[in-house]
Amino acid sequence: MNRFETVFERPAFIAFTVAGDPDPATSRVVAQTLIQSGADILELGIPFSDPVGDGPVIQRADERALCAGATTDSAFALVRDVRRESDVPVVLLVYCNTVFARGPERFYREAKEAGVDGILIVDMPIEEADMVLAYATETGIAPIFTVTPTTPPERVKKIAAHAGGFLYLVSLSGVTGKRETLSEAALPLIQSVREETDMPLALGFGIATETHARQAVAAGADGVIVGSAIVEIVERHVGDAKGMERELSDYISRMKAAVVGSVPADEDQNSV
Amino acid sequence: MSNGRFGDYGGQFVPETLMAAVTALEKGRNVICPTQEFRDELSFYLKEYAGRETPLTFCRNVSDDMGCKVYLKREDLLHSGAHKLNNTLGQGLLARHMGKKRLIAETGAGQHGVATAIAGAVLNLPVEVYMGETDCKRQQLNVFRMELMGAKVIPVKGGTATLKDAVNEAMREWAASSGDSAYILGSVVGPHPYPEMVRDFQTVIGTEARRQILEREERLPDEVIACVGGGSNAIGMFHPFLQDDVRLVGVEAGGRGNAPGEHGASLESGRPGILHGALSYLLQDDDGQVIDTHSVAAGLDYPAVGPEHSMLKDAGRVHYESVPDADILKAFRYLSRREGIVPALESAHAVAYLIREQDRFERDDIVIINLSGRGDKDISREVVHEQI
Ligand SMILES: Cc1ncc(COP(=O)(O)O)c(C=O)c1O
Repeated sequence: MNRFETVFERPAFIAFTVAGDPDPATSRVVAQTLIQSGADILELGIPFSDPVGDGPVIQRADERALCAGATTDSAFALVRDVRRESDVPVVLLVYCNTVFARGPERFYREAKEAGVDGILIVDMPIEEADMVLAYATETGIAPIFTVTPTTPPERVKKIAAHAGGFLYLVSLSGVTGKRETLSEAALPLIQSVREETDMPLALGFGIATETHARQAVAAGADGVIVGSAIVEIVERHVGDAKGMERELSDYISRMKAAVVGSVPADEDQNSV
Repeated sequence: MSNGRFGDYGGQFVPETLMAAVTALEKGRNVICPTQEFRDELSFYLKEYAGRETPLTFCRNVSDDMGCKVYLKREDLLHSGAHKLNNTLGQGLLARHMGKKRLIAETGAGQHGVATAIAGAVLNLPVEVYMGETDCKRQQLNVFRMELMGAKVIPVKGGTATLKDAVNEAMREWAASSGDSAYILGSVVGPHPYPEMVRDFQTVIGTEARRQILEREERLPDEVIACVGGGSNAIGMFHPFLQDDVRLVGVEAGGRGNAPGEHGASLESGRPGILHGALSYLLQDDDGQVIDTHSVAAGLDYPAVGPEHSMLKDAGRVHYESVPDADILKAFRYLSRREGIVPALESAHAVAYLIREQDRFERDDIVIINLSGRGDKDISREVVHEQI
């Protein structure tokens, strides 16, 4: 039943989009295109009015989605749509108040019913996670946590002890957004976290190019997460669904090839 | 359960990218702030530089009008013109002790930005202030004041372009630069340790006021009133009175009415939620999206409130009320005319509450109002000549 188990048998490409961006119908097309073009895991952000962990690109996506009427219910509806057509694991990226407002018990139950596999709560560090961990266990939804270059080794252990699915390695200090080069902290981060845990490690924040993806996988990442670069393509093509589909599928296919091509499938023995 | 809780409220709801920063701040504060050296240094700046202690002024004319003894705690006379400097000098000194090379801050009305610019100038630390674009326009004088003192003001366009968006942007910047930058948060909001730390720096207000009233009247006041935005001037005033038999009232922004988006009364109309790192009363919709606020006082235009206030509300220890914009402007003009003291529109909320409630008081009752700031920043044709 755990959809993550097979995904990390080879390096995985994880694609992010904001649920409801730029509008409900186009958002469905975006999700389908990401999956059809090769995303191994779909990460859906539920838009929030005050996304402190996000840079300008994803902030604008949240605003577009909310203006177009996105709600928690419409995000769950999008997950159900995805589920009808695909078995790809779906991870929700949410801010704490979205979960708190609905009540954690109900949020996890409805997420489960919709077909969600993992939930990452951006502004919920492990110390505050007691309010959700029991429901994660109860529903079997993987509680996904982030580790950053400033997370000390002891803390990585503590986080890994509670985390499920995979660890989300944040490549830099700061917020989401494309960067020219992979952060200097990124590759040492993969190596140092690897010493603390056997969980699959997916690297995100600032990853936009095939070179970034290859470097991450070569350094031992089990997965590569791309967000702002995808959201930017969506933004550039608001009102031009065909052009968006074309550019997205081209971009995702290239990124996926870079991720998968880096390491032969059966060489990656670290995956759980 | 984690540190920094006020009952169920508070906490440290921040992305992992900020955990190292809040943990280092917590440690720095616990180690540095209690030392005699730090306390002496802060006292020096508060006294010799900022002009503490501030007077507790008996207002004869207002007392005659209201039918009780009315005192004002004169934070308007503090250097910078508002209580905010108590906090920025404290946090600025702490930042210097922690070896930080730069101060970043958010501001709404611009008062906290100005107070941070002042602290940065006197402590030799460069300052960057995030300010919503809307607020930059309506508080332009304060933008100039900050720039004059060498601070860089960065307009924030996102969201509603007001205080909450400025906090978002300052937190993002802090996540990227916490190694060498200190985030000087302007109220008792945000993740632990801010609500406690800012309260401790502002408690000087209440400590002085309590001593001053005992010297003057040889008894405690019956009621203490303060306006509540994030809640720093109020908690600083209330804290030394919490164990006393004194009625405490926090006055929130009633804005243009009760409808969502028209006011800033988070304690009166909100429900618990998480914003800017803390669980507290929050103005939000059913999905937890934060609702826009409105107040004639930019400093009260904030959808959340400090977590300690949430606890004090639930415990019934502090009464939280709201007063609409129209009454604020009347109180603003009233205090100016009757006492020659122009209050900040924020502080005018506390004055307006007393005017509304005056019939409750007896001749000998003693009321203290925390006059958190002066109103020079708010003087305009519209406000003076009753056009709004
Ligand atoms: C004069 C004055 N009073 C009150 C406030 C509200 O803040 P707090 O509730 O933290 O005291 C402000 C904020 O800018 C202010 O400038």
